[in-house]
Amino acid sequence: MLRLQAVTASYDQPVLRGIDLNVARGEIVCILGPSGGGKSTLLRAVAGLVPHGGLIEVAGEAMVGVPPHRRGVGMMFQDDLLFPHLDVAGNVGFGLRPADPARVAQMLDLVGLSGFGPRGVDTLSGGQAQRVALARALAPQPRLLLLDEPFGALDVVLKAGLVLDVQRVLRELGMTVLAVTHDRQEAFTLADRVAVLRDGTLVQVGTPDELWNEPADMYVARLVGLSVLEGRAYRPEQIRMSAGGPWSARVTGRTFRDGHHLVSARVAGETVVFVCDRALEPGTEVRLAVT
Amino acid sequence: MDRRVVGDHGSVGRTAVLAVPVVFLLVLFVVPVAAVVRVGLSEGPAGMLGVLVDARTWGVLGFTLLQAALSTVATLIVAIPAAVVIAGYRFPGRGLLRALVLVPFVMPTVVVAAAFLALIGPTGLLGVDLSGSIWGLVLAHMFLNLAVVIRVLGAALATLDPDLENAARLLGASRWQAWRRVTWPLVAPSVRAASAIVFLFCFTSFGVVQVLGDGQLRTLEVQIYRSTAYLLDLPAAAALALLQLIAVVAMLVVVGRGRSVVAGSAVDISRRPRGWREISLVAGVVVGTALLVVTPLLVIAGRSLLVGGQWSTAGWQVLFSPGETTNAVDPWAAVLASLRTSILATVLAMLVGGAAAIGLAMGRRGTWLRSVDAMLLLPLGTSAVTVGLGMLLAFGRPPIDLRNTGLLIVLAQALVAMPFVVRVLTPGFESFDRRYLEVAAVLGRTPRHALRTVAAPLLLPLITVAVGFAFAVTLGEFGATVFLATPADPTLPVAISRLLARPGEVTVAAAYAASTMLMLITAVVVVGIDRLRAGKAVVF
Repeated sequence: MLRLQAVTASYDQPVLRGIDLNVARGEIVCILGPSGGGKSTLLRAVAGLVPHGGLIEVAGEAMVGVPPHRRGVGMMFQDDLLFPHLDVAGNVGFGLRPADPARVAQMLDLVGLSGFGPRGVDTLSGGQAQRVALARALAPQPRLLLLDEPFGALDVVLKAGLVLDVQRVLRELGMTVLAVTHDRQEAFTLADRVAVLRDGTLVQVGTPDELWNEPADMYVARLVGLSVLEGRAYRPEQIRMSAGGPWSARVTGRTFRDGHHLVSARVAGETVVFVCDRALEPGTEVRLAVT
Repeated sequence: MDRRVVGDHGSVGRTAVLAVPVVFLLVLFVVPVAAVVRVGLSEGPAGMLGVLVDARTWGVLGFTLLQAALSTVATLIVAIPAAVVIAGYRFPGRGLLRALVLVPFVMPTVVVAAAFLALIGPTGLLGVDLSGSIWGLVLAHMFLNLAVVIRVLGAALATLDPDLENAARLLGASRWQAWRRVTWPLVAPSVRAASAIVFLFCFTSFGVVQVLGDGQLRTLEVQIYRSTAYLLDLPAAAALALLQLIAVVAMLVVVGRGRSVVAGSAVDISRRPRGWREISLVAGVVVGTALLVVTPLLVIAGRSLLVGGQWSTAGWQVLFSPGETTNAVDPWAAVLASLRTSILATVLAMLVGGAAAIGLAMGRRGTWLRSVDAMLLLPLGTSAVTVGLGMLLAFGRPPIDLRNTGLLIVLAQALVAMPFVVRVLTPGFESFDRRYLEVAAVLGRTPRHALRTVAAPLLLPLITVAVGFAFAVTLGEFGATVFLATPADPTLPVAISRLLARPGEVTVAAAYAASTMLMLITAVVVVGIDRLRAGKAVVF
């Protein structure tokens, strides 16, 4: 559905240096990378909002010279960007020609906001506003939906629920999606495949499993949450405390998740995370081994 | 992330857009001012020196400075308590009072002068004749400029975090100490900036002095006008205008340095007054401020119905009788002339100022853009009289004589109104999030549709405010217009000043009727602006 070939873009200096990526119909692909790595620029290039080099094809159609409003591509931005002078229904129906109140109501049902049509957008909570933004983006039945850090502005608790909801909606519609995020948990939850973007190039594209088990390099390993020790990547459960272990580490923090103490520690300039059966205070010196 | 990508048509487009206001300023401001300089120096250094060594010149300059200083102090004394009360306390009619204090600022100076003439003139309501005394000027200037201090200080107070003062209280400071040691130092730069603006306005005030001064009080502005209109001594007028220009530029440099940028978003710090002392204090300030603002305006209306000590509508009848003159002035023709020029000047100011605002908002702020920005404000600081004289010298006599076309007044008024338009529009254009247009584009809407359904409704309140300000400013413009109006076709303010200077009870009543009408039009426009909330945009 979407084919990118050697896509480049630059502001004052190159931001994208030749991106190749295919997204199949109904597939959700998430681009993962640090802030300022060119993720948003890639989406904006696909949407036609920034000039770019290389080839962008949507449904087999080259997008060269096609203005944003003729691309049949929907986009959800980091801030909801709901039009403040229109009510919820006005926002959702903005892209519909001719006006179609039934479709507006249907979209609001889909995102779980039945009956919100006449509400002013300033009366919505952050999560509701993002749902309206999603309904608005989906209403004109885009061939491809672009999500630009759509949950970035929300708090953690709200985010977890909303990511699942959005995923359900997108799957229900069989929507083809290209999303970007800097949050690996979000990427792993949402995506069929994750593409890691670094300095304007894709260093690895694969399923969350593949990234976790076979990271292409230590950069990807760190990005997906693996610990790197002497050039090798380890999962948290592969590292344990051991009095005679080869590495000495200083504990920097701990958290309790799903019945385990997850401890982070510094080893030779590297941060590692391991599972532990008790809470360790920051500052504690420990020895670590791998299995 | 750069949000400006969609609207950024590159530096070529920006230059083209900014060329409009720059050329406008070059032709209508720089050329006239250059004409003033040329004529001022035309009789060689001797002519200029002659004016400069004349003891009368220094007397006039001294008086100009003195009345401006006294007026500024008077304005501060009344405005600071009013600003503190309006920003800090919740009371019935607060929104109304906030809108009311803005009304005098946009009132035509001639109308204000007429009001104070009716209050404290020879046959004034209050029974004291302060016309021809410096105190009359001080009162009128205080009335005119209250809004400057109240708005600027109010905005500064509204961005202060109330917890700052609370923190000081918790550290053991009394309320007075907390105000003096925390709040005041934080808002003092705003007060200084507002004072500088008020001083500048009073220094270049013309209409008030001309009407209230009774021919005895002479500020630089009035002296420039007298030299031109009565003495027909253009070189002397130009020399005085040069002196004025130098003084104003020096002051602008000081103002520019002292300008405070109020950062942070506004929070409502107001609360209900507590205890009888606070309640009576707030009530006193509120009632006092309201009376101060409303009384002069009511007095004009009342005075328009008074002919020879009797209630009569004779003044209004003259006003609304097309073709009927009183003392060789046709008030109804002046109404029509005023509306015609104001509408044309407003359209022109919106086109030029709008182009300037778009250009300024489009670019990233560099030195070049900042100097254009500063240049666009020049006409605001320069005296209208200098602008009027300059235009008269440059385009009002052979080889280019546009006086009889009526075009010159339109151009001058547009020039005076343009900085207001730029000031109102630029911040709004800058803060307009262009991603709204991107959203519309990815929803499949054409750029034209997005402009119509997204940009226009979102920016409309702001544009309305700019139109309102421009209309009010041009309608009341006096300093430049009085130089350029032909005797046969004066605008309303010019007609009022002529009527007030002539004898005859009906003539005077007609002057007050015309003032009332001008006041009502302006008040409707200004209160309308404030209703649109976007009027919060500080204009100076």
